[in-house]
Amino acid sequence: MESVIETPRGGFSFELCKRNEALRHAGIKFPNPVKTGTTIAGIVFKDGVILGADTRATEGTVVADKNCAKIHYIAKNIYCCGAGTAADTEYTTEIISSDLELHRLSTGRKPRIATACRLLKQYLYRYQGEIGAYLVLGGVDSTGPHLFTIHAHGSTDKLPYVSMGSGSLAAMAVFEDGFRPNMELEDAKKLVRNAVAGGIFNDLGSGSNIDICVITTEGVDYIRPYDEANIKGVRVGDYTYPRGATAVLETTVRKFEVTSETVKTVESMES
Amino acid sequence: MSNIFEYNGSAVVAMVGKECVAIAADRRLGMQAQTVTTDFKKIYEMNNKLYVGFYGLATDAQTVSNRLKFQLNLYQLRENRLIKPKAFMHMVSNLLYSRRFGYYFIEPVIAGLDPKTNDPYIATMDLIGCPMETKDFVVAGTCSEQLYGMCESLWKPDLEPDDLFETISQALMNAVDRDAVSGWGAVVQVIEKDQITTRTLKSRMD
Repeated sequence: MESVIETPRGGFSFELCKRNEALRHAGIKFPNPVKTGTTIAGIVFKDGVILGADTRATEGTVVADKNCAKIHYIAKNIYCCGAGTAADTEYTTEIISSDLELHRLSTGRKPRIATACRLLKQYLYRYQGEIGAYLVLGGVDSTGPHLFTIHAHGSTDKLPYVSMGSGSLAAMAVFEDGFRPNMELEDAKKLVRNAVAGGIFNDLGSGSNIDICVITTEGVDYIRPYDEANIKGVRVGDYTYPRGATAVLETTVRKFEVTSETVKTVESMES
Repeated sequence: MSNIFEYNGSAVVAMVGKECVAIAADRRLGMQAQTVTTDFKKIYEMNNKLYVGFYGLATDAQTVSNRLKFQLNLYQLRENRLIKPKAFMHMVSNLLYSRRFGYYFIEPVIAGLDPKTNDPYIATMDLIGCPMETKDFVVAGTCSEQLYGMCESLWKPDLEPDDLFETISQALMNAVDRDAVSGWGAVVQVIEKDQITTRTLKSRMD
């Protein structure tokens, strides 16, 4: 029996699995975690890599988040778009980013995309696809620009242009038509924008705006949003209720006294 | 038995106003069709500027709120300061994701003000900890679709605390009126930088 007083440890805890399985056998329906539906895409262009993503997160058929960020930071020169179960893409990229940073400190070298890819595929394979993370990984390292896709079961592909998610077919159609090797920056940005827009306007699981991340040897340009493809309408009527409209049974007010606050900066020691 | 989230029934909503946040929840605790009590606490105070409400299975909500308070107390003892709402959101998210394969059946709604700058902050997450931060409102509940509809229509930016109270109350009450398993009373907390107002609403008890 686990002690009640335990400090939180890292890693997964399986203490509730038995209870949940029993509930499943009793015929209880389980809720849907937030999925990113999604259209994510990436291309290799002349100076580096461009990643693009839409910004809709769905919970079943309801749009849970109209402007979520699907391009995750892995390292200063490596970013990763995530499709699939949103919590999984969020945490998987964070865990691998942390591992990669430790690796970077250990090797003393700028991290390579192939390393990030290997870390991700080995992590995901261990969970046999139960962690639903479908990723587009891209960046520029000392060996040049690289672009990978990683599936939840751990398979990877290394390609010059990729798309993932429910809108991947729409995005890939745009790429197959418009991709050329060694494109210029502006043309490449437009192509990625069009690919993601193809997903947004044709796929139900993708929507809202288009985010873009341009990674070159010079640095990273994370443009969020690159294109606000869907703007909310302006409300014409005013639905403010007059004060006192709501019937209240009981009111309790707790005031605090805001005492003065001084901030004293301390010079850090030179290391 | 149907969806486990609908076993107890609940509705929680949080909104951002001008230098304030409000969080509101219904008060029913049921066992499927039978109502057990109409004064069940769903919003827990974490510190005087940070509140978290839970939608879902009541037992998991109580367990998670206790675990969170414990972790938060350790944090505050270690850091000797109040936690920032965004850091708290990550704490909750971590707790839920650590049980990614044997999950708690809850969705938390976090509302608070930054302890130093008093910037309003709201967030929610799904049952495995995927965070969703917004600048307008967050909803969770058996009547989440009704709440989305009400909030999209009623919310506007920069509402004063009293107006924010009216907006959030009407959004919640009208949404739960269209849901059989939530309602039976409502409680609303409006958090400003120098006071917290807790109001219990008079609502339909059916």
